[in-house]
Amino acid sequence: MTATKATTTSAQVRYCLAGDEFLFVELSEEMTLEAFFRSLSITQRLKTMSIPGIIEICPANASYQVRYDPDQLSAEVLQETLETLDREVSAQKVRTVDTRVIEVPVLYNDPWTHETLMRFRDRHQDPSGTDLDYAARINGFDSVDAFIEAHSASPWFVSMVGFVSGLPFMYQMVPRERQIQVPKYLRPRTDTPKQTVGYGGCFSCIYSVRGAGGYQMFGVTPMPNYDPTGQQPHIDDSMIFFRPGDIVKHRAIDRDEYDRLSADAEAGRFEPRVVPFTFDLDDFNRDPDGYSSRIEEVLYDH
Amino acid sequence: MTIDVIKPGLATSIQDTGRQGNYHLGIPPSGGMDQRSLRAANLLLGNPEGAAVLECALMGPELQFTESRCVAACGAEMTPKVDGEPQPLNEVFRVPAGSTLSFDFVKAGARLYLAIEGGIDVPEKLGSRSTYSLGSLGGLEGRPLQAGDQLDLMPAATSTQEGRRLPELLVPNFSKHYMLRVMSGIYDHRLTDESRERFYEEDWTVASEADRIGYRMKGGSQLSFIDREPPFGAGDDPSNIVDACYPMGSIQVPSGSEPIILHRDAVTGGGYAMIGTVISADMNWVGQVQPHQKIRFVRVGLEEALAARAEYQQLMAALRQMP
Repeated sequence: MTATKATTTSAQVRYCLAGDEFLFVELSEEMTLEAFFRSLSITQRLKTMSIPGIIEICPANASYQVRYDPDQLSAEVLQETLETLDREVSAQKVRTVDTRVIEVPVLYNDPWTHETLMRFRDRHQDPSGTDLDYAARINGFDSVDAFIEAHSASPWFVSMVGFVSGLPFMYQMVPRERQIQVPKYLRPRTDTPKQTVGYGGCFSCIYSVRGAGGYQMFGVTPMPNYDPTGQQPHIDDSMIFFRPGDIVKHRAIDRDEYDRLSADAEAGRFEPRVVPFTFDLDDFNRDPDGYSSRIEEVLYDH
Repeated sequence: MTIDVIKPGLATSIQDTGRQGNYHLGIPPSGGMDQRSLRAANLLLGNPEGAAVLECALMGPELQFTESRCVAACGAEMTPKVDGEPQPLNEVFRVPAGSTLSFDFVKAGARLYLAIEGGIDVPEKLGSRSTYSLGSLGGLEGRPLQAGDQLDLMPAATSTQEGRRLPELLVPNFSKHYMLRVMSGIYDHRLTDESRERFYEEDWTVASEADRIGYRMKGGSQLSFIDREPPFGAGDDPSNIVDACYPMGSIQVPSGSEPIILHRDAVTGGGYAMIGTVISADMNWVGQVQPHQKIRFVRVGLEEALAARAEYQQLMAALRQMP
């Protein structure tokens, strides 16, 4: 079978053809900041090369995918190009990415996700409490407040944008032993409020539209991240706000502030706090907590 | 010139050839699920090949024309009727002003493509008029048709010939038991050898959850995964992976029980293992499979996939050159 020949391995990296139009590259089976950074660096470089026959380049958490036209570009040549890029990226002495820091206000424990999670309690691991109670308990926190503090204290990388219209998957910039982990619902819900802050595996997310979902629900943000009708000044013609590589800092807000910011968003007046930033992976690895504080300083002193 | 929607049908939406280049932001291509029939209907009429048409799933709409226009219906076999009078499929016919176009029940296939002279006029969103319902994008207000909707049309083409017919050789033959060609991989190494082989040896029955997002299948054996320590961030279920992109046409198997073929409105990524990808030449057929029909997956390699692709391109070239 030629199909099995298509899967090859170099070190940990796995190149796999998916049908005749997609090449899927798994950089790591588990989630790591290193794998994400590598996916982002390779796909950013590939984009600037503007190779004829490449249709779509999609970075993901610890992998990426390229859609190509096999009539213009062979799978073999494409894979060789990606392997070369991977070698270049891996040999880099300075590992930085130009990005931005974005503040996302969150009303945790809000009435809308609460109403929704109560409706779907029979699909949850622990029908007796809320998603926040459950997540706090299984992650060893004394209280929901302490859990919210952990969720909002350290910043997050947008490690993938997808699922539905601009939904950001976010990976928290803390050492692995402090990563929050929660399972998804036993059976997915058929409803999730728009702009719900959710959690599944080691990823937080912000639902861009109302719809089905399987992540635990912790709160809502008044900040729109998908704008199909062109009413939001902070969202450009792509209709999507977040990009892989963005750094997000959550800020817990109360109901009054939520209502005020929601009214602003409704009127097309919402402006998120956004500051340009150059992220340095090695600086971060040397002192994750110190680096997080620096990101916060950049965000609020700017 | 407008068309009034009297009855919307089961799931009728405005589609064209879809939008590219937004997958990395979570926006799938959308567009007609059976591109061959969509393009054939436009080419018959003399429309631009990618003009916006109506994709009508399983039960067609009832439409009243305020002005006379030619139309062509290709794809699923649902006999069109003008004021109750049967009209041919795969042939250009005229709907007079004030007349109502409706459709008989479906005899074969699942989706009919109704092209209207000039094409449907809705604003382009990210380069396409296709409806993407999950994202409320494109088409008419980002949703399928509803009773009471009015469809605007582009100016009529000048080259339309009434009675122009699709050559018999170019009319698709619908089956009740499809063989879909699949390139195995991405995460099929996570399956036991036995499950990996059995997936291709059994018939699968299309479930009632079969739409533009994906086709869910039942009736095959439960697929078993090899035991493992879950990789960090993947989740505890054996079918979980660290969330990744889903290629269009990929077949995912949540919990190993009911495989889902992802189609043109699918979620662009997620955390379930994909065990194969339907080759591009067979994606049009997926959109023509009815719920409760049977599918057998056939494993092929890249060379066979590329040969099937070339064959499909020849067919499209013949459509573009039809008399």
